[in-house]
Amino acid sequence: MSRSLERPALAFVALALAALALLAAPAAAQQKQGRKFPELGRAATAAEIKGWDIDVRGDDGKGLPKGKGSAKDGEELYAQHCAACHGVFGEGEGRWPEIIGGKGTLTSADPRKTVGSYWPYAPTLFDYVRRAMPFTMPNSLTADETYAIVAYVLSINDIVPDTAVLDETSLPKVRMPNRDGFLVGDPRPDVKAEPCMTKCRSEAPRVTSDLAQRLGVTPGRPSE
Amino acid sequence: MNEDRSEVARRVAAMERLRPSRRGFMKVAAAGGAVAAFGGPDIKRALAAGENLPPNVPEWMKTLGPGVTASPYGAPSKYEKEVVRRNVGWLTASEESSINFTPIHMLEGIITPSGLCFERHHGGVPEIDPAQHRLVIHGMVARPLIFTMDDIVRFPSVSRIMFLECPANGGMEWRGAQMAGCQFTHGMVHCCEWTGVKLSTLLAEAGVAKGAKWLLAEGADAAAMTRSIPLDKALDDVIVAYAQNGERIRPEQGYPLRLMVPGWEGNVNVKWVRRIKLGDKPWHHREETSKYTDLMPDGTARQFTFVQEANSVVTFPCPERPLDGKGTYEIRGIAWSGRGKIKRVDVSLDGGDNWRSAQLQEPVLSKALVRFRLPWKWEGGPALVQSRALDETGYVQPTIEQLRKVRGVNSIYHKNAIHTWRVNPNGKIDNVQIA
Repeated sequence: MSRSLERPALAFVALALAALALLAAPAAAQQKQGRKFPELGRAATAAEIKGWDIDVRGDDGKGLPKGKGSAKDGEELYAQHCAACHGVFGEGEGRWPEIIGGKGTLTSADPRKTVGSYWPYAPTLFDYVRRAMPFTMPNSLTADETYAIVAYVLSINDIVPDTAVLDETSLPKVRMPNRDGFLVGDPRPDVKAEPCMTKCRSEAPRVTSDLAQRLGVTPGRPSE
Repeated sequence: MNEDRSEVARRVAAMERLRPSRRGFMKVAAAGGAVAAFGGPDIKRALAAGENLPPNVPEWMKTLGPGVTASPYGAPSKYEKEVVRRNVGWLTASEESSINFTPIHMLEGIITPSGLCFERHHGGVPEIDPAQHRLVIHGMVARPLIFTMDDIVRFPSVSRIMFLECPANGGMEWRGAQMAGCQFTHGMVHCCEWTGVKLSTLLAEAGVAKGAKWLLAEGADAAAMTRSIPLDKALDDVIVAYAQNGERIRPEQGYPLRLMVPGWEGNVNVKWVRRIKLGDKPWHHREETSKYTDLMPDGTARQFTFVQEANSVVTFPCPERPLDGKGTYEIRGIAWSGRGKIKRVDVSLDGGDNWRSAQLQEPVLSKALVRFRLPWKWEGGPALVQSRALDETGYVQPTIEQLRKVRGVNSIYHKNAIHTWRVNPNGKIDNVQIA
């Protein structure tokens, strides 16, 4: 190996690096442009963002990953990962959330807010299962498994047929029964009270509820 | 150095020698006994209580206490063991996705000690190594950015004292009085000094894209808890906080980094925040559809009801702190409003027929707890004690009847009704509702 051959090679590498630097300079400048504190933090790389960018938007499914799953496959996955808490039929074990039923109860004395009766958007279910379920092992299901479980939960709520196969295109098209049940925005203050100071009552106060002392649901009372 | 240390040792030894012997102590006690024979009941009680009351010299003055290395962090007195957070076991299926309550009935002033702030977790408390924590800001921004904790701390900082209240505070009582304790009727609130960088500062670095109207904040917990927040609020007064009451945030309150969203429901104050994504619409995630929406009597639900309206409660007397005989007391309580400053707090002793304005302790800060007080001479009769907060927007805290008339009893969240404690002639205090 002769040095005379090496030198031009090195020179070429240096030139190439210089050219790269020239190309990169505008990008770096653009990155720092408009920043008041450009030395704090740095550009997030596409790979970094991809690993963390897990959200799925409820109303249009934006962010749903590629993949698919059937309600049929979901049944087995549900039994394995979900039934211990949510019940074999989605009825909820103990105080764990029930995820089926409840239709027609929202105006009753005992409203049951389930996926079928309350949730307005199907993609929200995918988002939630992916980010937070199974409760003790979040972030452990694949996209296909998540689609399958979502399909199964929707099917036991009679929202999709038990033959359904859901993917990133079909899931956002699923219309939830309570889709129009929400008033977006805050109408408050909705209760107007007057700050009366003297003789404010037309009749003597009447105790309407004093069960708290007898119910026995308050923990840790030293005197009892 | 060594000589200094031996000098200290010599003096300590000398003091040890000067300390009364057990025999000496017995002598003093005997003298006390003699005095007690002639003295009144106070002295008898003093001796029975451990011989530490006058005229005796208390035991803790006769011996050295622990030195400066005994407790590098410090803890409350062992006599304050009752002042702790408590949970309601039957309320939730697990302790990891649950809530506990601030012992507001045992606290004074407006600052909640960090270790007593109520906790609400959706997947337990993550143990985050701050060196490996990152905040990513992306979505509808000119420049997606990633920050280390060191980066965040180097930005210009702000501090603010503000309350944080779970919108389910009082939510167990829409239908009637259920919890026999102030800690459980109103303890989903705390108030601390928070320090961090304004979110607007970080968003300016990333460059908000045209058309962005909302952001999604995501926690680094096992629930990866998310909430959508309108960009207007984010740019107004939201803080990305790393300190609480002067020290780094407690793990259960979001260590090492959390959002503080002044005046808005606790759930949007995302703890352990790792990611902020800007978009043109809200995300309609689980915690803003299935949960934290207010079901109305007609079966529809209000979504994105963020503000915590003015609220107040008398923290003494209350069921956990009954009255000990007739005489002089001070009614004390806290008030707060998510819309700004508390302007006035009125107290009634007769169930709302007549009211007197309480004294407000300065400082009265916007979106922070305010301490109110009213002197009271209890004559031993029954009373219905209430407090009513008014804020600077003119809003008046309503009665439970007024709230129910509009919202029914199924909404769970945002119950801020005037609360009633019934004082019984024996001094016991009951949680009641009145019409």
